[in-house]
Amino acid sequence: MQSDTPRKISDPVLEIVDLNLYYGASQALKDISLTIPRKEVTAFIGPSGCGKSTLLRCFNRMNDLLDNVRIEGSIKLDGEQITGPDVDVISLRRRVGMVFQQSNPFPKSIYENIVYGLRIAGVKDKAVLNETVEKSLRGAAIWDEVKDRLHDSALGLSGGQAQRVCIARAIAVNPEIILMDEPCSALDPIATAKIEELINELKEQYTVVIVTHNMQQAARVSDRTAFLYLGELIEFDETRKIFTNPENRHTEDYITGRFG
Amino acid sequence: MGSFRKQGEPQVWGTAAALSITLLMVLTLLGVVMVNGLGFFWPSDTSLVTLKDGSRLLGEITSTEKATENHGKRIQFKVGNRDIYGQDFRWVDASEIRSTAYPDDAVTLERKERGNFYGFLKSLSLDRLRIPAGGTTWDDFLAARKSVDASRAKLRKSEKRMADLNSNAERLRLKVLKLSSADPVGNRAAIDSLNAKREKLLAEFNARLERLNDESAELNSHTAIFTDASGEEKEIPLTEIVRSYRPNTMGVFAKARFYAGKIRELLLDEPRESNTEGGLFPAIFGTVMMVLLMSVFSLPFGVVAAVYLREYAREGILVRLVRIAVNNLAGVPSIVYGVFGLGFFVYGIGSGIDQLFYPERLPTPTFGTGGILWASLTLALLTVPVVIVSTEEGLASVPKGLREGSLSLGATKFQTLTKVVIPMATPGIMTGLILAMARAAGEVAPLMIVGVVKLAPSLPIDGHFPFFHMDRKFMHLGFHIYDVGFQSPNVEAAKPMVFVTTLLLLAIVIAASSTAIHIRNKMKQKYTTKAF
Repeated sequence: MQSDTPRKISDPVLEIVDLNLYYGASQALKDISLTIPRKEVTAFIGPSGCGKSTLLRCFNRMNDLLDNVRIEGSIKLDGEQITGPDVDVISLRRRVGMVFQQSNPFPKSIYENIVYGLRIAGVKDKAVLNETVEKSLRGAAIWDEVKDRLHDSALGLSGGQAQRVCIARAIAVNPEIILMDEPCSALDPIATAKIEELINELKEQYTVVIVTHNMQQAARVSDRTAFLYLGELIEFDETRKIFTNPENRHTEDYITGRFG
Repeated sequence: MGSFRKQGEPQVWGTAAALSITLLMVLTLLGVVMVNGLGFFWPSDTSLVTLKDGSRLLGEITSTEKATENHGKRIQFKVGNRDIYGQDFRWVDASEIRSTAYPDDAVTLERKERGNFYGFLKSLSLDRLRIPAGGTTWDDFLAARKSVDASRAKLRKSEKRMADLNSNAERLRLKVLKLSSADPVGNRAAIDSLNAKREKLLAEFNARLERLNDESAELNSHTAIFTDASGEEKEIPLTEIVRSYRPNTMGVFAKARFYAGKIRELLLDEPRESNTEGGLFPAIFGTVMMVLLMSVFSLPFGVVAAVYLREYAREGILVRLVRIAVNNLAGVPSIVYGVFGLGFFVYGIGSGIDQLFYPERLPTPTFGTGGILWASLTLALLTVPVVIVSTEEGLASVPKGLREGSLSLGATKFQTLTKVVIPMATPGIMTGLILAMARAAGEVAPLMIVGVVKLAPSLPIDGHFPFFHMDRKFMHLGFHIYDVGFQSPNVEAAKPMVFVTTLLLLAIVIAASSTAIHIRNKMKQKYTTKAF
């Protein structure tokens, strides 16, 4: 029973149709179909093990790293198929950036962390690199905090700062979509508030898809919310509607904290 | 008592005791080596002992022990003068000694051959050598030695020039051989001109040799006459003397200066007297160069193999077998590697190289015989499993999040490896390198059959083209210990040298390891500092 509402979404960036994913014999995602709108924040919520992270990782093919994963169905990015063996995964990942649950700055300087994506793409022009560093760090709202120590190790940053540097690193390659896999679960409330504020700013330029355990967070930051349960998409609608007037009883139970 | 047992106290004490015993054993070993090795060079006083039967002996006390017969002590003297007495050491029962004196004029000579001489200076016989007149016989003797040494130094320069001439002539000979084995008729003109050049070099060599012989003969005619304890006279050419000193007149500072001089000789000079005297420089150089070459071969291979096994290979039967093989390779006795190295590198690849590149020198082998290259490769083979295992561990310890972070930015797997994963695994890699170096520096058995020799005529690096002579045989401290301690004709005299060599080998291993450990710790710091 799905409540996908494609007619409301005029400008889709990702279109998922009948997506099934298997880890060996067990099925992790079942017949998922949804459409993710451009330049909006979409949140995936659901109890642990419901497949929300797995679904997110399909968008930049991070599941490729695991052995014996099998994917059926179609995912289209701007109308272009991104499943299957013929896709250029490298260029796909440049278009779909990702921020992880644990902040994972490289053991390099802050500067080198930000320009990493450009360097591996072969950009050598110093002016371009410098400009990108400032633009990205400003974009991630951390420029003022680190501008004096760009060449210090990024490992010296606090958890919240490190996560924002990781966001800056992701937007430095100028992706269309930013995937966030529980970006605040390891952070304190103040750092969390800063990231949430940042997500609001990011949607001016990027499409954001965020997985979160925290219902209040989904309610605060997202425009649309998808509720997944046991590998199935139970409900997908505008966040306001999901949280005030869910159509499905499961959704209501989860949101009101009756299970999870 | 019950709770004492329950809390596991006995186990704690047991493990602590085991640890202390181990530490104690290591420290005792180090202590024994240090005391015996470092004490060797300190010039000890020379005692003149008169025995009850009226005979006298002159020498250094080297040790005392309980006599087996009459509950007294017996004392070992190093009396030297091997050419007169036949042996360097003499045991004397303490009860036989009537008196002991320390005469100021007792002289100790270190000679180029036949060991030390202990005696008294009697007179000089200095043909036409001019020395400042006046002074005592001892002063004259010192002045004469100085002048002879200066002349010797000049001759050595000439010898060096001769060595250059010789090596150039040899190169020309090999060129001629190459040309004539390729096409003796077509290269006639070239061969003739080379031969002429070679003749010229050889003529100069011979002229210099003749002059050198004359001058050496003249130098050798300057002698000093010594008497030993019993009054027997001995004429010793001044050129034979390396050091001469009167230990009973030396103060602490003079002895310290002497000691420093001996250490310098040890570290920088060539060995003498079938390795039991003189320096260890060629062996130190050989050991260090061999270990470095080994690292150059073993590190890249080990790292690449580990990266493939850990990052690219799909887990399966084959990879499991390879892992088992790698782990077992580390346990294969090293002599087996030596035999393999001899068969594969020396006879297999080495002979192949000779046939391809040096056919004109055959049947004299160039690479087809043991050499530093083959020794390093054999040891690299021996140590590569260690590098593989610790590199794999290093790679496994890199957090998954960092790999994902890199991949999510559009990096390829190879870029992720070279830019993020391998740099972070370097502490693990360094650990492997440390273990490998320590093992390689200590191995002797395989080296004995792939290139280590008792005495190498020249270093593997020198001033003659092409500077790196990878085909050369080399000397090694580990082998030196074995050779000096167990193969030398005069084992008793060589004993201190064994300790000194052991000490040096330990020092090199410790120095190499601590450098590597220091670098590793710096890297660890760089990759793990996390300040909140």
